Parts: sequence; structure tokens; C-alpha cells
Amino acid sequence: MRQRHEFHVDSTRYLDDHGKPLDDLPALGGDTERVLTAYRNMVLTRTFDSKVIALQRTGKCGTYASVLGHEVIGTAIGQSMAKTDVFVPYYRDQAVHTLRGLSLRDMMLYWGGDERGSANWENCPEDLPIAVPIATQCCHAVGVASAIRIRGEERAVVCCVGDGGTSKGDFLESINLAGAWHLPVVFVAINNQWAISTPRSLQTGAETIAQKAISAGIPGHAVDGNDYFAASEVLDIALERARGGKGATLIEAVTYRLGDHTTADDATRYRTAEDLKRAWEKDGVKRLQNWLHDNGLWDADKEKALQADSKNKVEKAVEEYLATEPQPPTAMVDYLFETLPPALQAQRERIAAKYRGGES
Amino acid sequence: MSKGELRDVTLVEAVNMALHWEMEHDENVVVLGEDIATNGGVFRATVGLKEKFGFKRVMDTPLAENLIAGTSVGMATQGLKPVAEFQFMGFIYAGMDQIVSHAARMRNRTRGRLHCPIVYRAPFGGGIHAPEHHSESTEALFAHIPGLRVVIPSSPQRAYGLLLAAIRNPDPVIFLEPKRLYRALTQSVENNGEALPLDTCFTLREGDDVTLITWGPCVMETLQAADKLAHQGVTCEVIDVATISPLDRETLLCSVAKTGRAVIIHEACRNGGVGAEIAASLAESAFLDLQAPVVRVTGYDTIMPYYRNEDAYLPNVEDIVEAVEQVIAL
Repeated sequence: MRQRHEFHVDSTRYLDDHGKPLDDLPALGGDTERVLTAYRNMVLTRTFDSKVIALQRTGKCGTYASVLGHEVIGTAIGQSMAKTDVFVPYYRDQAVHTLRGLSLRDMMLYWGGDERGSANWENCPEDLPIAVPIATQCCHAVGVASAIRIRGEERAVVCCVGDGGTSKGDFLESINLAGAWHLPVVFVAINNQWAISTPRSLQTGAETIAQKAISAGIPGHAVDGNDYFAASEVLDIALERARGGKGATLIEAVTYRLGDHTTADDATRYRTAEDLKRAWEKDGVKRLQNWLHDNGLWDADKEKALQADSKNKVEKAVEEYLATEPQPPTAMVDYLFETLPPALQAQRERIAAKYRGGES
Repeated sequence: MSKGELRDVTLVEAVNMALHWEMEHDENVVVLGEDIATNGGVFRATVGLKEKFGFKRVMDTPLAENLIAGTSVGMATQGLKPVAEFQFMGFIYAGMDQIVSHAARMRNRTRGRLHCPIVYRAPFGGGIHAPEHHSESTEALFAHIPGLRVVIPSSPQRAYGLLLAAIRNPDPVIFLEPKRLYRALTQSVENNGEALPLDTCFTLREGDDVTLITWGPCVMETLQAADKLAHQGVTCEVIDVATISPLDRETLLCSVAKTGRAVIIHEACRNGGVGAEIAASLAESAFLDLQAPVVRVTGYDTIMPYYRNEDAYLPNVEDIVEAVEQVIAL
């Protein structure tokens, strides 16, 4: 049989597990401000994360999905995106959201059971809210990208999805459309090895997730999701391609979910302490910190100051969050439709009467 | 066809006219679906749109209903007004997750920051001897979902006016077109861009003895039954609910206050159908006006039979006349 097509999946990595360069860094390695901003964002996100978990444990926040292990890829996404690009997230994208300009208070409000957490995104008003049902956001991303294409704008969409999400039709149908319609969208499949308790090996028989791009007719690229330089470079290239009308890319960012799936999960039921320990040895935040040290850009005092500053920011947000009054119960009716249909008026009045003083 | 022109058209032609009008007057309106561009739709509802407005706004999609539903959500958050076609209602279920989990909820979960002005069109109902999965009426599934409007036209004029209203509405609308009526009759429709109101029933005929409450394809048989009953001296008030959700209970209650009797007619299965919601509303709010129990004439709680037995499933004129005679006798 004659071989008619040949495909390959590139994989990028610049730093070893200890932050030592394996190769010459891309140009962005010389952008000290960008790299320092990235590191600060990773630490802030991690500080936020441990605080929200503590709030949940003390009954002050609802079920929460930890970002641990996603700080590096999230930060790279947030930095590579332009303000005018559109972000279509799933639920472990806190490190992107801080860079998109969401307030920590709003992020807490969302997990704290208040719809207003997705309301006032004045820095990124077109970004979609967190998507919970798994991979459904991929279809929205290609819809947004279609609108951008129809209007001929030089903007792009970034859509995140987990490794579990890549098993769903929503993901496969969306990358397929992105290829067929040549859409300005970058899919980032964040492969953290676990979909709650189901390991990556049970999601697909494919060797990589990146190779799913081949079936869609778009480039697929695997990257070490804990390598800030590699992730940033791959994202910069994919976004430039998309904005320039050259079509979509699928990036598989390989990392490890260092926390439980959510605060309602107990990962010790399905994975070993040794596995987790090995994953921590590849932690991308520590890796970047080591690199900064090695290059004379960081020291213990700076680290101490950053930790304190991050803690202050998070504590301030917690105060604001806890001081935010709940919405009146009538709010459940007020955002169903632009104008309240007569059929719902009586139900609204009943809610208002039942919760006197709760009328908006 | 130019503005204001009066033309005798079928229901499916009226749909086509409304799409042309709105695409011409609002550049944010886009149309997408399977076989809708070059082929003009399997029922020809979208014929001519691609030629006039181009592939950018008239999009043949890959064969994936979930994608059609979800892509429309993304487009809508960008200010486009997608009119998405499901080729048959029997194929809408693959899109349910996107419709229920996202289109219906986007405004609510962003407190109004983003919203979904989408029309999901689908031909529905039986009566054309189609293959399996092509004949069901499952409007009740969508009427149960908060944040959705469910609109069902039953004449060319209402198809034109309600589709314009649905596209202009800033929230998602499930627009179900009775395919049995697509070419069953013609009506004079003025192409004037005038929309009809949503959230309102249409009283098609006034009467004093009984209120016949129906929508979609059954409007035809209900009007025929009313004619027959008129010969027997029974005057029927015929109401086309048209907007299944949110439901205009006021018009129904006012009518029943006058007639004291009600028969509800729909093609969908009886169990959990929209007729049950209407009957319950009448029992709750018009009990003292009622002189007889509310009776339903509906499809059976069965899977739609293949077409050799289709007619045995569909409510017919005799069924309606019989039900009216039953409530009149009390």
C-alpha cells in the first residue's frame, strides 16, 4: 500500500524539572517584566486557591475546583491573549481570569453561590462565563470565532478544555468546524491526567490529545504545561496565526492536577501518594522560581514580599466577598428574559411577598 | 418580493419571506443549519437566502446538531442573531444540552451581561408519512425549561409575523413549524415586516358554548370541528395558543369564564403534555366558571407509529367533535 499522508505532533519543552534550560530560550525569555509578571500571577493564583479551599472547609464558600497544577499554563494563556481576544473558559482557569482583569472578589462570588460573579467583567465584557457541563464551551468558542470571521476582525478566541472534555462530541465537533471554516480559535486542552477519578489512559487510546487536531485538519502541538517559556511560545504563535486569518490550532498542555477534583472529592481514593509526589517534582511554579533565581532576578526577600503582597490582596478580596449582601430572592426571576413575561409576574410577586424586605 | 407586496403564500413560503425580510433589514441576522444554504433546506424554507446574502451569513454546517445549537450560543454572545435550523424536531435532542444548559441560561448566569437572541427552528409533528424520528411533537420538553420561549405558528400569516417577532426577541426562541401545514393552505400575507406579539394567544373564532384550546397542526382539525359543530348549533371559541411558553393564561381564563367549558387539543402525547399544564391552570383559577370537566384530545402515550398507522395516532375532527359533545352534555 502506498502511504498517502504523513502526520506528526510537535512537542515543546525548554526547562527541565528544576528550571534549568534544556535549549536556548525563545525571545520572550529576555522579556524580564513579562516573566516576573507571570511569576507574580502564579503565586497570587496559588494563594487565592488555598484561601478559597480554606473558606470552603469553614463553611464560607461552596464547592470549589482547585487550580493547583494549572497556574503555569493559565498564566501563559492570560499573557498571550490580547484584551480584544475572547476567552472561553472551563472551571479551572483562575490563573487566566486574574490576568483577564476579573476581581478576586468576583471569582469568590461565583464559587460562593452568587451569579454576580460572572456579571461585571468590565475588563473583558465579551468573555464567556465559566462552563461547568464539560466541553460545551468548545461549541461557543467556534461560534464566537465565526462572528469574528464574519466581521473580518483581527481577533482570536482561546478555549480551554480538560483531558476528560476531549472525549466529548462538543470538543470533537468544534475542532472539526474550526478546521472546516478556518476559524480564528486556539483550543487549549489542559491534560492534567485526571477527569475526577478517571485517568487520561481511559479517555482515549490516542497517544496524545494533540493528535486529535489531525482529524480536524488543524495543527496540533503538545507542550509541557509546566514550562512557562514553552507554553508561552506555543500560545503566542497559535494566537498570531489565528488573528492573521491562518486558522485554528489545538494545543495540548501536559500537566498534573495537584489537588482534588473539587473540595467535594478525595483523590486518595484513586491515586497514590507516590504519583502525586512525582508530579510535585515537576511543579511549574517552583521551576520558574528556580529559573528566576538562577538568572539573578529573584531572591528570598523578593519571595517573602511577594507572598505577603499576594496574601494581602486575597485577604482584602475575602473581606469584600464576605461583606457582599446576597441578591434579593426576586433576582431569580429578573434575568430569565430581557423583560418579565406576564406569565411570571405572579411568581415574582409571590417570592417578593414570601421574603418581605427582599424585594429589589 | 418588495415591501408591502401582498401574496398568497404557504406556511413554508411565509417562513422564507420572514427570513428574507429580516436578513435584509438587520445585518446581524445569520442563518445556519444542515443543507440550508445551497440546497435551500430540505423543505425549502431557506431557499434563495444564500444567493442574496452570501455564504458568510447563510451557513451550511457540518452534520452535528449539538454543534449547531452551541455555535449559535457563541455567535449570539457576539451580538449576532442566529436563526438555526434543525432539519426535523426528531434530531433536536442532540442539541438539548446546549439549548437547555446554555442558550436558556446565558442571560441569567451573567446577570444580563451576555444574552442569546437565537431562534431554533424545527419542523415538527406528523402527517406527511415521513420515516421514523421525523414526526414527533415534543414541545412540552422545551416548555418545561425556564428561559426559553416556545412558539408554534399555525398559518402563513402567523408564521410570518411570529418568526419576525422571534428573531427580534432578545432571548432564545424554539420555533416549531407544523410540517403538515407547510403546504396545506395558502393565505394572503403582506410583506411589510410587521411582527406579531409573543406571549399572546390568538382567538381565531369567537363562540359562547365551549372553548377549544389548541396549537400547531391541530388548529386545522379544530377549526373544521368548530365548523361541523356550528351546524349542530354549538358555537365554539377557538384559541390558537401559539406561544406555548411563557403561556398566556389570561386569554384562556377569560374565554372559559365566558363559555364555562374547555377542550384542549394537541398532537403530542398526553402524559405531561402542555395540555396538562393548561388544564391544571383552568382547574386552579377557573374552577367556579367550569360547568364540565376539562377534556383533552391528544396523541396517545405511545411512540409515534410508523406511517402506515400514523393516522390512527393523530387526533382527528371526529375526536374533537366527540369531546365537545361530551362536555356540552354535562
